[in-house]
Amino acid sequence: MKANQLLEFDNVTMAFGGNKRNPDGVVALENLNLLIRDDEPRIIAIAGESGSGKTTLARLGLAMIKPTGGRVIYRGRDLWEMANDERREYRREVQAIFQDPFAVYNPFYTVDRLLLTPIRTFKLAKDRAQARQLMQEALDKVGLRAGEVLGRYPHQLSGGQRQRIVVARSLLLQPKIIVADEPVSMIDASLRANILTKLKELRDDFGISLLYITHDLATAHQISDQIYILYRGRVVEVGDATTVIQNPQHPYTQLLVSSIPRPDPERRWEGTVEIPLQELSPGGDRAGCLFRHRCPQRMDECETTPADYLGGYGQTVACYLYKENGRIRDAMQ
Amino acid sequence: MSREAALQVNNLRVSYMTGDQEVKAVDDLTFSLYPGERLGIVGESGSGKTTLAMALMRLHKPPAYIMGGEAILDGGDILALEREDMRQTRWSKLSLIPQGSMNSLNPVVKIKHQMADAIEAHERGWSRGRIAKHIGELLGRVGLPDSVAEMYPHELSGGMKQRVCIALAIILEPSVIIADEPTSALDVVVQRVVMQTLNDVQEQLNAAMIIIGHDMGLMAQSADRLAVMYAGKLVEVSPIRSFFSDPQHPYSKLLISSLPSPEEKRELAGIPGSQPSLLELPSGCAFHPRCPVAVDRCRQEIPLLRNVAGDRRAACHLVEEQAS
Repeated sequence: MKANQLLEFDNVTMAFGGNKRNPDGVVALENLNLLIRDDEPRIIAIAGESGSGKTTLARLGLAMIKPTGGRVIYRGRDLWEMANDERREYRREVQAIFQDPFAVYNPFYTVDRLLLTPIRTFKLAKDRAQARQLMQEALDKVGLRAGEVLGRYPHQLSGGQRQRIVVARSLLLQPKIIVADEPVSMIDASLRANILTKLKELRDDFGISLLYITHDLATAHQISDQIYILYRGRVVEVGDATTVIQNPQHPYTQLLVSSIPRPDPERRWEGTVEIPLQELSPGGDRAGCLFRHRCPQRMDECETTPADYLGGYGQTVACYLYKENGRIRDAMQ
Repeated sequence: MSREAALQVNNLRVSYMTGDQEVKAVDDLTFSLYPGERLGIVGESGSGKTTLAMALMRLHKPPAYIMGGEAILDGGDILALEREDMRQTRWSKLSLIPQGSMNSLNPVVKIKHQMADAIEAHERGWSRGRIAKHIGELLGRVGLPDSVAEMYPHELSGGMKQRVCIALAIILEPSVIIADEPTSALDVVVQRVVMQTLNDVQEQLNAAMIIIGHDMGLMAQSADRLAVMYAGKLVEVSPIRSFFSDPQHPYSKLLISSLPSPEEKRELAGIPGSQPSLLELPSGCAFHPRCPVAVDRCRQEIPLLRNVAGDRRAACHLVEEQAS
């Protein structure tokens, strides 16, 4: 076991399907390396569009799917070779917040059950009164009034309320890592800031690391230490979040950053963007740089897959434009 | 008023009647919408934005009822129209891009037949050739190739489906388009392309457009004026530039300061508390429990939406006192 290693993605590839005609299947994530350390809680943003593999990454980290290549390792143990007690510890220490707050609830149970289940499973409370108090505190932290949500059924709550209850649920367990897949995309702006601040406090006060999976670069910038930009299953740029967002180097990251709808009417989008149609089919040929069909700076070299080079501001960029800066050997760590 | 409004909404009230209670989801709304203008309406979930859109289209369903007010479109009050007249008005004068509209396409019907349906419901005299030609033109306008007409919805990406929905909304060249969260669930780049498309077609038609949403960034990029709803009421209506440079209502100020920016990293200021339940609204100004500058008067008296400076309106006692 490497020192201080908590969760590690070791050259992880995930392909779905695959048959005689198409033996590779659809590659959702390719050769991903990522490390979360025990001694240094961090918020790591995984950003990309739909189809970039970011949700696949979350599911791999949560042991919901088994990688087709490489290993996902928690405290030195492969997630798929754990003993029962190790798995139980992992299940408590790694918590999830999902994208769709409508899909995580069983419509036949009140929301109390969602909160009580982890309290019972992990024996967090001595009695009912204490359990209720824990639930109230957790709800309070996400800006909900216990009286307004406890005892209710999911259909009686708004999307924002449901998502906040899910956040409250993982707060209950005080985990080591939270994998949050678009946790605030369905929450109103005024409360979004509160929840993002709360996630930051988890890192600062409780030492919880966060895999923050998002398409929203503006919020990623606000709370993250490090950012990974994914494009069609490959990491195209990695680095310090502020550096990458303020000085994007990969042409794809540049397009993403310039497309953020800035809350400033003086700075509107400039120029028009086209999305070529061949872009829209998943799978297909994965040789060469995957962004080259859309890239304004395409070169002949782009027909072969670029290695990781050092970007102009210290980040790692998979793009031949930075070839002269030299390769990064152990780029992801 | 110098210009004639494309849509003039006066004192609109929409309520949900639940049991013996009346929940005022849209409470005494008055605003004008001018030809060629893009009016953004923002608010938190539950503030009444979608109820407003559905009521203007008269697609609201019980327990929602229109309790009063009028909406003048093309010289007549659409809220007073007979059912059949309203059906004729919909799509030809007033169209809707509903929330999550990319899921509103029929999965087992080709795009061209779905588009032809909308035309045939209004224009009985058109020949097949004319309909096909019109569909081709519309798809071209929203930046899609003709081949899309022969496809089924599952063959299209989210952004392409959304553009089909925009094409559907402008099929009869309406003078008013209501877009309810037109780009939610789309990626940033696709969102940008779809908003560009929407803005382009709206400009070509010189239609007036209401963009409903909660993304302030999107509003800043697209809207000419911004209206902010809170607990069923309008609290501020301002031109977009002055809204962002000098917001009037305390809620608007807090909303702006809660926005993350890609340019600078700063502490995000959220708004304390949460939106009140419409069943038990606080006395006076509905925002006063969360307002950092509330005074006694705010707890007692409901502020009205008044002109504060030039073309700006705000519903706040303090803003009003400052102005006078």
